Amino acid sequence: MTNSFNEFARAKMFMVIGSNMTEAHPVAATFLKNAVIKGARLIVVDPRRHRLAEMADLHVPIKVGSDIAFLNALMHVLIAEKWYDDKFVNSCTVDFDKLAAAVTRYTPEYAADICGIPSEMIRDVARRISSIKPMMLCYTLGITEHTCGTHNVMSVANLQMMLGNMGVACGGVNPLRGQNNVQGACDMGALPNVFPGYQRVTDEAIREKFERAWGVDNLPYANGIMIPEMMHGLVSHKIRGFYIFGENLANTEPDIRKVEHELASAEFLVVQDIFPNETTRFAHVVLPAAAWSENDGTFTNSERRVSRVRTASLPPGEAKPNWWIFKQIARRFGQEWASESAQEIWDNEVSVLAPQLCGIKYRRIDGNGLQWPCPDEEHPGTCFLHKDGKFTCGLGIFKPAEWTPPAEVPDEKYPLVLSTGRRLAHYHTRTQTGRCEGLNDILGEETADISPLDAQTLGIDHGEIVRVSSRRGAIKIKANVTGQVPKGMVWMAFHFREANANWLTNAAFDNITMTAEYKACAVRIDKIGPA
Amino acid sequence: MSENKLVINGNEVGFTPGQTILEAAGAVNISIPTLCHLKGTSPTGTCRICLVEVAGSASLLTACNTPAADGMQVLTESPRVVEARRLVLELLLSSGNHNCAVHNAHAGDWTDYQMGVQQNDGTDALCPVWGDCRLQDLAFRYQVKSNRFVPRQGAYPTELVNPLIVRDFSRCILCGRCVQACNEVQVNRAIQFGNHGDQKKIVTPGDRPLKESDCVFCGECIQACPVGALVEKKARYEWRPWKATTVRTTCPYCGVGCQQLLHVQDGRIVKVTGVAGAEPNQGRLCVKGRFGYDFIYSEERLKTPLIREKDGFREASWDEALDLVAARFKQIIAESGPDAVAGVSCARSINEDSYNMQKLFRAAFKTNNIDHCART
Repeated sequence: MTNSFNEFARAKMFMVIGSNMTEAHPVAATFLKNAVIKGARLIVVDPRRHRLAEMADLHVPIKVGSDIAFLNALMHVLIAEKWYDDKFVNSCTVDFDKLAAAVTRYTPEYAADICGIPSEMIRDVARRISSIKPMMLCYTLGITEHTCGTHNVMSVANLQMMLGNMGVACGGVNPLRGQNNVQGACDMGALPNVFPGYQRVTDEAIREKFERAWGVDNLPYANGIMIPEMMHGLVSHKIRGFYIFGENLANTEPDIRKVEHELASAEFLVVQDIFPNETTRFAHVVLPAAAWSENDGTFTNSERRVSRVRTASLPPGEAKPNWWIFKQIARRFGQEWASESAQEIWDNEVSVLAPQLCGIKYRRIDGNGLQWPCPDEEHPGTCFLHKDGKFTCGLGIFKPAEWTPPAEVPDEKYPLVLSTGRRLAHYHTRTQTGRCEGLNDILGEETADISPLDAQTLGIDHGEIVRVSSRRGAIKIKANVTGQVPKGMVWMAFHFREANANWLTNAAFDNITMTAEYKACAVRIDKIGPA
Repeated sequence: MSENKLVINGNEVGFTPGQTILEAAGAVNISIPTLCHLKGTSPTGTCRICLVEVAGSASLLTACNTPAADGMQVLTESPRVVEARRLVLELLLSSGNHNCAVHNAHAGDWTDYQMGVQQNDGTDALCPVWGDCRLQDLAFRYQVKSNRFVPRQGAYPTELVNPLIVRDFSRCILCGRCVQACNEVQVNRAIQFGNHGDQKKIVTPGDRPLKESDCVFCGECIQACPVGALVEKKARYEWRPWKATTVRTTCPYCGVGCQQLLHVQDGRIVKVTGVAGAEPNQGRLCVKGRFGYDFIYSEERLKTPLIREKDGFREASWDEALDLVAARFKQIIAESGPDAVAGVSCARSINEDSYNMQKLFRAAFKTNNIDHCART
């Protein structure tokens, strides 16, 4: 997020696109709802009329995967009507002409067809978002989990730059991150192209810095590969040794049958986790790890805030902190790492090596955490980025994007689009929430959410067990007939092994980030009929 | 020109226009007791425990919703105020099953009274929030003897049908903090005041059980309840405030990073509350943050390293398991080069774990084949 959660309650205008915030980020949503009660304007752009959409001034039900067409059409109108922030565009950005040229053909009429909404609605949104400043734009995986995910993100950024909503409180581009420490795992360099603090592995000076700090030679200079490439590598045996830490890939990756074939192909698989799960079944060695609240450390949230995690109880049996396990393996490779605790790792290594984190030390985050960038120990942390329109790279660069359809679109055989996400009471593959007393009673099974119109056409009753199938697989699942879902869509989550949406999802990826298209694939629903 | 000063208990106190007497007093640490007041929501003045005496006003005024005014003379603990508060407390105590020791109604029959309450409660224990009750605190502070009024029997049975929240209407003082928490803080709009007079009750639309309502089980109402009317089912009759220690930590679920207070008893988390005033959640939690803590105590936890053997796994020592991992990775790297190994880190675990994992891959294995589910 460029901005912070504490700006939500005082923001004047929001556009929420591809985010089911009340279920996926419930507490963040409460602050947004507080603002709406006080009079803030809210536009929700989402195929589903979910709970937040019910509170919106305007719900814009675009079709799955039509985001770029919609955003480009908004920008088309903003330019045509001169409703954009000329001053910000001229003084803080470059390549506006390239963007303007690219969106010329995205007239509201052209986009309306792609998006499945009236052209007048697009003009209306453009009018509304240019009439109140600043506007806070929030998005979640509805933007990123597409084959065009990177272009979706660029389009969202283009819009906010054009409106001059960057570098100010209560504005910005705000992706709400799905997991407690996905921001932190990125910051720590658990990525194939960067060391901690987003320092490139291809930069020789940076490699030398880490070689000195770690007391090693010859750090690898080429970018590594991403998860989908690793998985392919297991089958081709290009990857012979695979180490999975705390990820239940067998349930979370698209196309479970394919994923399980890949995991089964691994020559040597180490899985380090807190529970036996669908992924540990394929392991050659399973290492038992300490869980949340069983060791000290830090998480970094969506707004870049580094907060403390503390020990409340001891790990069971022989389970050990994950950092300790990695350290023991390094020792077997002849390396003695000095840090003996999470605090030593953070204070003596992370916050020395990552420039954005140099000012964050454990003694400073005993209460509220600190938001990076925090370059020195006097620095109060940074609530919002790009202050006064000064971007990290200098001027903000408009990067126009062309709309492309999802990799798999409905056809005669598979006439419905499946979109997936999360539900309130559970988290991911339920390894955690499924073992908490009470939560399974709140939500005990997966459903296929379909519209009343489709239910009627297909002759399906609410609660009826149906078969949902795609080119990858088929599942039996209870139909949930709900007005939240538009005609033509099936919506499901991935919390339950049985009827997991990932038996159906398509392993098609954004070719830049390798993010899978969880939000769109083609399926059909059939009645099972009497046995 | 207005100086924006009022006098509280003889002390001159500054205020900012728009502040209530309660807020102006609070800013200089003059404590005025409250029950229904919930910070950050619109004051309702329902409970009348915050009554204060204001010179020139015939009646006592509620500090929570009376604006501070220039030159105002306020007494917060005058004999008249104390008398009024004691009456309020007597009435509240007699409004339901407040079976703590301060309730000395029917002095000689206290045991009988307890037995009756426990029978209604279906338990053999005192009120589940004994020792953590705002009403009990105030009754103690003002030494209320409530033998003037006959305690009212609960008009409604306790709602136990959902797995997380116990609604004990016999202990509800109708202060409305839960209604404020639900409507103004979390904005879930699941509960409201319903019925009238003697029958007044906090209800969902149609007075359905929470499980059949719009309730999302965030439990904000429990955190707001000043008495024992709303309690966590999982912590009920387990958590004791004087036995528990608290540990501040960060929630393990979504990317908001809510600050939690873990209430730990005998080495186990027994309940979770939000940290008041903390960034980013200001004390708020959702259903997962408040109730999703006990997975760590599951008997299914992995407790020892395991090594595959034929179709199953056998238990191994750390040394054996780690030696095997190191030996196999060394062999693969020697035969096929460092890029023949790859790793996936965890977006749920602490920063220090991800740091050490990428360090292991880069510094020891000499590959950048390290990733995690960053984009999903």
